[in-house]
Amino acid sequence: MKPNEAYERLCGGDWSAARALKPFSGEACAFLSDLSRVLMETPEARAYADVVTFAFFCRRSELERARARYGEETQRRLGRGMAFHIAPGNVAVNFAYSLAASLLAGNVSVVKAPSRDFAQTRLLCAAMDALLDGAHGALKNHVNVIRYPRERQEVTQALSQACDVRVVWGGDATVDAVRRAALRPQAFDVTFPDRYSLLVARAQAVLEMDENQVAKLTQAFYNDTYLTDQNACSSPRLVYWLGEGEALHAARARFWEAVRGYAKARYPLEAVTAVDKHTAACRAAIELGAALEPMPDNVVTRVLAPRLTLEAQAHRCPGGFFVEYADTSLDALAAVCDRRCQTLTYLGLDAQTLSDWVVKNGLGGVDRIVPVGHALDFSLTWDGYDLIRTLSREIVRF
Amino acid sequence: MTDVDTLAALPAYEWDRARKRAFLLDELGALTRRHRRDCPEYGRILDALGFEEAASLEELPFIPVRLFKEYALKSVPEDALHRTMTSSGTTGQQVSRIFLDRETSTLQSKVLSRIVGEFIGKHRLPMLVLDTSAVVKNRAMFSARGAGILGFSMFGRDVFYALDEEMRLDVDGLTAFLERHRGEELLLFGFTFMIWQHVLGQLRQTGFRPDLSRGTLIHGGGWKKLADQHISSERFRSECRELCHLERVHNYYGMVEQTGAIYMECECGHLHAPVWADVIIRRAEDFGVAPAGESGLVEAVSVLARSYPGHVLLTEDEGRILGEDDCPCGRRGKYFEILGRVKRAEVRGCSDTYEAK
Repeated sequence: MKPNEAYERLCGGDWSAARALKPFSGEACAFLSDLSRVLMETPEARAYADVVTFAFFCRRSELERARARYGEETQRRLGRGMAFHIAPGNVAVNFAYSLAASLLAGNVSVVKAPSRDFAQTRLLCAAMDALLDGAHGALKNHVNVIRYPRERQEVTQALSQACDVRVVWGGDATVDAVRRAALRPQAFDVTFPDRYSLLVARAQAVLEMDENQVAKLTQAFYNDTYLTDQNACSSPRLVYWLGEGEALHAARARFWEAVRGYAKARYPLEAVTAVDKHTAACRAAIELGAALEPMPDNVVTRVLAPRLTLEAQAHRCPGGFFVEYADTSLDALAAVCDRRCQTLTYLGLDAQTLSDWVVKNGLGGVDRIVPVGHALDFSLTWDGYDLIRTLSREIVRF
Repeated sequence: MTDVDTLAALPAYEWDRARKRAFLLDELGALTRRHRRDCPEYGRILDALGFEEAASLEELPFIPVRLFKEYALKSVPEDALHRTMTSSGTTGQQVSRIFLDRETSTLQSKVLSRIVGEFIGKHRLPMLVLDTSAVVKNRAMFSARGAGILGFSMFGRDVFYALDEEMRLDVDGLTAFLERHRGEELLLFGFTFMIWQHVLGQLRQTGFRPDLSRGTLIHGGGWKKLADQHISSERFRSECRELCHLERVHNYYGMVEQTGAIYMECECGHLHAPVWADVIIRRAEDFGVAPAGESGLVEAVSVLARSYPGHVLLTEDEGRILGEDDCPCGRRGKYFEILGRVKRAEVRGCSDTYEAK
């Protein structure tokens, strides 16, 4: 297939004419930090929280910090060649993170953006195009964002045949469909399929907070959940409480009342979401024997599971639906930490304790352990992959 | 619980608010206890809610109508099942399954007959179905459309289907039918969208103008498709009048989960709750009860749901109460309007294959 045919090109040039770069190349870092600056200076871009977060991720100081972590290793590494990315269809900005990680690893990148027309996607592509046509012409053939309907399997096939590594985001069905397009013998897939995430909270910690701390906690939890309709893989959908008795009861009441108050003022609850959440609660009652926890309105819907089984994680509903479980130790948590479990968000515990616990128990899942408020922070290590090292190759010297 | 014959004999639109509420609370309270005992899934929901007793209609626990698409909810043993109704759904969509025993099925038919009788009289009328007979030929699986036609056919005689299997208007057959029943009152029945698309649509194209001025049209099935095309109830009525001289047009609101106790549109264009059923409008923000005039989610109750726990349902429709006991048409009970299906928002998130489970 000739480049620039069979799909809509949102930005970039001719990927077949470009060569791999070393990780954190001067060109890639300069391009991304300029992109960050341009986005921060564009009022239209600043209107989108997700675009601002992306701009923050690729600002100069952040890139410097990341580069420092790899040290002189970047001198004996090279991007794998052409990286073909399939971004998820229903999030606007994810494609940009995938692209940024790929550029930083040194790859010529071709990213299939969501076929749905997001304003953020258009805005990001326009900003990149302007830079590539100006000061960053050297990267024009490295930075390619395209779009085509997912039914066009022949386009996926052609790009899969051409790439050295394929990065696939999306639901299990998408990953399966993409995998039917064969890769070259040396190429491989990095997949980011559906995952789920949890919050582990120590009841006593909530009780020990002052009002100011509770307010901060609430905002942090809101950003992890309601801000993306609680529909991101990294958004907690299950809350595991450590505690018992009256303290547990009081902590849950305090936490949820604060979350409810904060979300009520900000989250536009659609009628259909209210019905969906009530339906989810009925399902949880039928299948898990869970109890519906009374709340004064429909902003927060929560059910308390009597036992924690793997099935509990399947009880999800975007828009503020939470399955809760309480215990005095972490033991029962292992049941929901299978390979699909991505992020443990924590509150009142420390990350070391949790990661030791994951390692000691040889759990199938848990790739990220982050404090409340950071569930959605993208990092260059994602779903257990060091993206810089995975998307580049190491040249061994003796 | 009131016996079937007594129930079916109640006056459809006579009781005032106080009397009707007392009756419904009694009857629905008894149904709640029965279904809690006999339908395990329903019992678990009520346990989860910590429900004990309702002091008013509004306190009765409602369950989302969608649960009937996901669970086989029934309160009678397998061997008592008489028939299973399913909602019509396009390929790939889940359908509701409603399990009827003989008693419930009979009760539904009797009540439907009482309600329709209020509008067309007690005698069977020559009946024109504004649909194709193809939808009722496969009787193994009752679709809502087929079941609706068969259900209403008991009010008619010499039933004639106006559309052939290719959905073409059978002009010769229709002319002969009208000739046979010259001067008689007629019953017309069909589904709103089918009538608009296939009957009124073909009349508009052909110039064929049958005289249906002695007919009473009862139609249902929802306005969703017509609303999408911005066709109002008034437009529908005026086309009926202009294209085939049809003046008496009654829409109805109903659902396969509560067959029988339908809400008929009166001469004033208002949907009416009969004695066996009622609607409560709830606010989406907290499921609190909305007063008359305020739009919200429609909760529909029916005392006919005896073999399955569908007596108190939260629908995905939005509606508004217009008044109670004081409609100019003279019928008592609540009257209301349906504003359409709640809008399903586009889902954000990182799973691009997400569908409501």
